[in-house]
Amino acid sequence: MAEQMMHDGAAPLMIAEGLGKTYGRLVACRDISFNLYSGEVLAIVGESGSGKSTLLQMLSAQLTPSAGRVSYRMRDGVTRDLASLGEAERRFLFRTDWGYVHQDPAMGLRMAVSAGANVGERLMAVGWNHYGRIRDTATSWLERVEIDTSRIDDAPRTYSGGMRQRLQIARNLVTEPRLVFMDEPTGGLDVSVQARLLDLMRSLVSELGLAAIVVTHDLAVARLLSHRIMVMKGGQVIEAGLTDQVLDDPHEGYTQLLVSSVLPG
Amino acid sequence: MTAPVYNFAYLDEQTKRMIRRAILKAIAIPGYQVPFASREMPMPYGWGTGGVQVTAAILGPTDTLKVIDQGSDDTTNAISIRKFFAKTAGVSTTTSTADATVIQTRHRIPEAALSEGQVLVYQVPIPEPLRFLEPRETETRRMHALSEYGLMHVKLYEDIARFGHIATSYAYPVKVNGRYVMDPSPTPKFDNPKMDNCAALQLFGAGREKRIYAIPPYTTVVSLDFEDHPFARYRHEAPCALCGADDSYLDEIVTDDRGGRMFVCSDTDYCETRQASGHRGSERAAPHKKDHAHG
Repeated sequence: MAEQMMHDGAAPLMIAEGLGKTYGRLVACRDISFNLYSGEVLAIVGESGSGKSTLLQMLSAQLTPSAGRVSYRMRDGVTRDLASLGEAERRFLFRTDWGYVHQDPAMGLRMAVSAGANVGERLMAVGWNHYGRIRDTATSWLERVEIDTSRIDDAPRTYSGGMRQRLQIARNLVTEPRLVFMDEPTGGLDVSVQARLLDLMRSLVSELGLAAIVVTHDLAVARLLSHRIMVMKGGQVIEAGLTDQVLDDPHEGYTQLLVSSVLPG
Repeated sequence: MTAPVYNFAYLDEQTKRMIRRAILKAIAIPGYQVPFASREMPMPYGWGTGGVQVTAAILGPTDTLKVIDQGSDDTTNAISIRKFFAKTAGVSTTTSTADATVIQTRHRIPEAALSEGQVLVYQVPIPEPLRFLEPRETETRRMHALSEYGLMHVKLYEDIARFGHIATSYAYPVKVNGRYVMDPSPTPKFDNPKMDNCAALQLFGAGREKRIYAIPPYTTVVSLDFEDHPFARYRHEAPCALCGADDSYLDEIVTDDRGGRMFVCSDTDYCETRQASGHRGSERAAPHKKDHAHG
């Protein structure tokens, strides 16, 4: 099985079992199950309205599933059902062990406070109380995401779209999370900026051994970043497997359509 | 007509009871903002409607009331609130900190140490310390509930990044009893240490925002800071021109249009008490240097 590729006998980082979400008669997601191991990047692709974002919200405990459950292996090694966590624990998890990269950086950043404070906020939230150390850490993270450190005191609203997105990534990774959720991380950026961002994300993910769940409608993003892929349509996973395998040899008609509708590069 | 126009201390008894309940709850949970059904008062918001309601609720016929505005007993706001309670409650009023049992204040804590049995009532414009960083009230309440106060340090971080030191000089955030982060109303940060382990009961009333909070006597109040940028008081480096005090918070008073100025105690009662006991200042502070006069 492809799922057993990335790990050597360790328990999965995240387990989704029979996840479903309905709004009255409207089914947004139905019966979705998978295991995610640490260091593994999973792409969720599909067209608009296929339930990708709903699924991501359920996985990141922002939305309560109507059916099924999500379990996560905490830092102490105990796998727990997300629904059983208290709000305080969930929020703590969200700003320490998890990252969430929004499509629109304005959602994930504080646009009016400086870049340094944006990166430092998570550190201060876990009790860092030394200005010099917070600033040094913020500086080194700006370097890692290729932002000129002389811009550390500028607010992100003065940044370009690509810089904002990189700043958002730095802000999320500063607490060394083990799992990062990305919702269309390259959406709305021009192609050259996208390429640079993807390159950066790929090297960070492999350097830090991050696990990531990337929602995208861009198959190129999926191919570059992810090890495994799930194709969604109408709220269901219609095809899943190794990224290369699925993209090079799609079995489902819909996946074939998706793959063939990529413009030749 | 001989019937009294007002109930004792203006507010009706049921309203006072409601406010007292909020006060009791606030005292039980130091630093926690308790919502209350703030009433319209015969003065505009921003003139101390919250403080006046708290004072009205705790005032008894035997109390002696002192009202200060920016440390002063003789500004419009202070005089009108003092008159208001002299008229509606018939309580005796004073300008002496030591003689007062209830002190309503705007923007200052008296210099003289407060004693047990005294109550200090603050007028609060904005009770939420996280307001300007997180505009969503639902979110700030949740942050208080879960003690997620990292954001408060973001504000201090911004100060240092921009000015090289913590430039917040008033409404400086404090942590009360090791739990709730609280806005001490716009008192200068010079006054923050006086809140810590204070013998008097401190009550905070925000009329427009409909919140009451409290610091019970002898409660720990810590000003937030960074290890490498610790909290520091600020005062002008001068003695008071009238009483010579070198430990009081000073107002700068411009005396002419050629850079002349003097520094005097902002707490008028403290200054007068010192003058009465023979202390004298040196009248005039060093004038502003020309090149600093206009930026």
